Amino acid sequence: MAGYIARRLLQAIPVLLGTTFLIYFMVFAMPGDPVVALFGDKTPPPQVLEAVRERYNLDQPFIVQYLLFLAGIFQGDFGVSFSGQPVSEILAVTFPVTLQLAILAVLIEMVFGITIGLVSGLRKGGIFDASFLVVSLILISLPVFVVAFVAQFVFGIQLGWFRTTVGPGAPIQDLILPAIVLATISFAQIVRLTRASVIDTGGQDFVRTAASKGLSRRRIVPVHILRNSLIPVVTYLAVDFGVLMVGATVTEGIFNVPGVGRTLYQAIIRGEGPTVVSFVTVMVLIYLVINLLVDLLYAVLDPRIRYAK
Amino acid sequence: MKIKRIGVAAIALAAAGALTLAGCSSSSEPEAPAGDSTAIITTNGSEPQNPLIPTNTNETGGGKILDSIFAGLVYYDGEGAPHNDMAESIETDDAQTYTITIKDGQKFTNGEDVTSESFVKAWNYGAALDNAQLSSYFFDSIEGFSYDENVDELSGLEVVDDSTFTVTLKQPESDFPLRLGYSAFFPLPEAAWEDLDAFGENPIGNGPYMLDGEGAWKHNERIDLVVNEDYQGDRQAANGGLSIIFYATQDAAYADLQGGNLDILDAIPDSALSTFQDEFGDRSVTQGAAIFQSFVVPDRLAHFGGEEGKLRRAAISHAINREEVTDVIFSGTRTPAHDFTSPVIDGYSEDIPGSEVLEYDPELAKELWAEADAISPWEGSFQIGYNADGGHQGWVDAVTNQIKNELGIDASGAPYPTFAEFRTAITDRTIETGFRTGWQADYPSLSNFLGPIYVTGAGSNDGDYSNPEFDALIQEGLSETEVEAGIEKFQQAQEILFEDLPAIPLWYSTVNGAWSEQVENVQFGWNSVPLYYEVTKSE
Repeated sequence: MAGYIARRLLQAIPVLLGTTFLIYFMVFAMPGDPVVALFGDKTPPPQVLEAVRERYNLDQPFIVQYLLFLAGIFQGDFGVSFSGQPVSEILAVTFPVTLQLAILAVLIEMVFGITIGLVSGLRKGGIFDASFLVVSLILISLPVFVVAFVAQFVFGIQLGWFRTTVGPGAPIQDLILPAIVLATISFAQIVRLTRASVIDTGGQDFVRTAASKGLSRRRIVPVHILRNSLIPVVTYLAVDFGVLMVGATVTEGIFNVPGVGRTLYQAIIRGEGPTVVSFVTVMVLIYLVINLLVDLLYAVLDPRIRYAK
Repeated sequence: MKIKRIGVAAIALAAAGALTLAGCSSSSEPEAPAGDSTAIITTNGSEPQNPLIPTNTNETGGGKILDSIFAGLVYYDGEGAPHNDMAESIETDDAQTYTITIKDGQKFTNGEDVTSESFVKAWNYGAALDNAQLSSYFFDSIEGFSYDENVDELSGLEVVDDSTFTVTLKQPESDFPLRLGYSAFFPLPEAAWEDLDAFGENPIGNGPYMLDGEGAWKHNERIDLVVNEDYQGDRQAANGGLSIIFYATQDAAYADLQGGNLDILDAIPDSALSTFQDEFGDRSVTQGAAIFQSFVVPDRLAHFGGEEGKLRRAAISHAINREEVTDVIFSGTRTPAHDFTSPVIDGYSEDIPGSEVLEYDPELAKELWAEADAISPWEGSFQIGYNADGGHQGWVDAVTNQIKNELGIDASGAPYPTFAEFRTAITDRTIETGFRTGWQADYPSLSNFLGPIYVTGAGSNDGDYSNPEFDALIQEGLSETEVEAGIEKFQQAQEILFEDLPAIPLWYSTVNGAWSEQVENVQFGWNSVPLYYEVTKSE
């Protein structure tokens, strides 16, 4: 087990190097000069442009810029944004916010998605099952920004149950509404996944054996059916958590959540290389860790899965 | 030139926003609020793009903050007229040498006196090439300034004593005092020079507001300002402070205004442009802004040089129905242009001789185009370049369609994916089509709309326009010590522009704002930023 984890962590190093290189190259190759854009519709004298470029090392060739960036990272220095703030600080402020939002959303979709999926699966073809099939179909087909706008308008502006956008310090109660919005989409997927998986497991021999052994339904459902149905759901949840950690740009924009998605979006627009690459690096790291955790979780859910040394 | 940058996601989402926001209304008579002098006003802003250093800030996100926490030699009132702020007097005989005296007893919030050194050192820093300040060009008219080598101390700036200094310009420029309210000319305390990076994070100013302690700037979230009790100027705050909340999209800010979490919004999202007046009634405003929009068709393009080019530009100008575009595409939030400046600027006139070229006249357009064809027959396609990330596609398509229909030629928009790419192509002169341009005034002066853009070799002369007659008139206008005489010269200079059309004027922007029931006395300044210090709030 320990050997497996160590090997996976070692594998992460080339992946990280590769992605930072690729991302850095893509930011570098983005057409247009971010320094020119700093001046808006005004054209600065070429000498001033040169001086500003020099200040951010933007006058160096690509490989030099990349190596400077890498050297910085190994010293814990992720570079500075145009506004002079260390990127590491921006990371430290924005990631916790997005993390809270993602955890909330995943919790919501997990609790509701698995419960409803389980009940639907157990009572296949019933009225409950049918109605949630329709609901999940509607939710899957709605783009997230529509859900977000409607939720903001109804619950924020008209009913006043929630703050319209996230307030100072991004307190957790302000994150509930955006988390619900984020959860709605995956919630529908999880309902369907759980339902299908529960139906599939319910027809397995070991479930019938358990039933004929005289085990109570109360024991069969959680221990035999649910546990064995969770593998695809856990994979989906983990991937979804990763997606929420890196990409809630639209929802974060609508609810003005000072998180990763919004900040990254702004950095891309401004062409701030160091900020973009650092954010993406951390995102890749999160993805790798989550993937590792999921693989380890499989072994817990299904004892037949063992990891070779 | 202050740049407005806000998430373009807003545009993509506009349609959905309109869907959900339509049908929303809440209008009750506002009660007369008794101003609470400790109430904090909340307003929208955007994360400053640069550290909060006056000479390195050229966009509205940071500019709004700097204008509140610093006081320059002069400030602008709602109409854009300058009044002395830190200055006791600004005197000159020849519009070239200015003697500036500073009021006694003015202090920075750390207790330091505001002296002539505070200004001179800050200006020298801002002008020095090595410091790569974004607003360095503001000092280029001061004697000693150079773009080619680093100059630590401008020879044109001389400290006489603690409260007096002189400024010598390279040539007479009568609107120099008018510029002094712009953020680049703000003073800095001695404390700034110990560690300018740290200062940019927690600036110490001398304005009506100050930062609410260390770390008041919460990046990507908000900045909290409180009243500076030591400020003695005219801009005395009628409230207890200002919280500027950074929004990624204007839609989010508008939702907050509707939800009662925001007091003043100075930019209405596209999705609400047609509804906000109904919803907010007399708590909303639509007023002219000092923003001029145009497009440039450079001389160097085939068929646009010399006499032929003049005819073709005039024909294109006559082919555009500006009224229709501003009504249909912009729901009246732009007003058709009548000159090259802006209606909010002192000296603006709708009736400059030659401005007829901006009238929609398809017959004349065809005639002029035919005349040009007689010189050299037109071939190819006419295009207007624009950045696709700025919401320009609508009007570019409308305008090129009009040109296409009226002149019977092939015309279309030429989108560039990003603003950076678009501006780079213009700066490099690699763009081979016409292109959109815009100008937001830094200070309320006619010459600011003309000199930096159309004078031979000027910084933002993106079309490489050159006309010695025009150059001479601008220079003469700047040398006039009488304001009226100067304005007359600038108007004459515009007559030449109407003939040559180095840029084809389109329209002026307006600012659209709204505010909550809690606040009163909301007035928007000449630069489209609300005069926050006047706002009162009841709680």
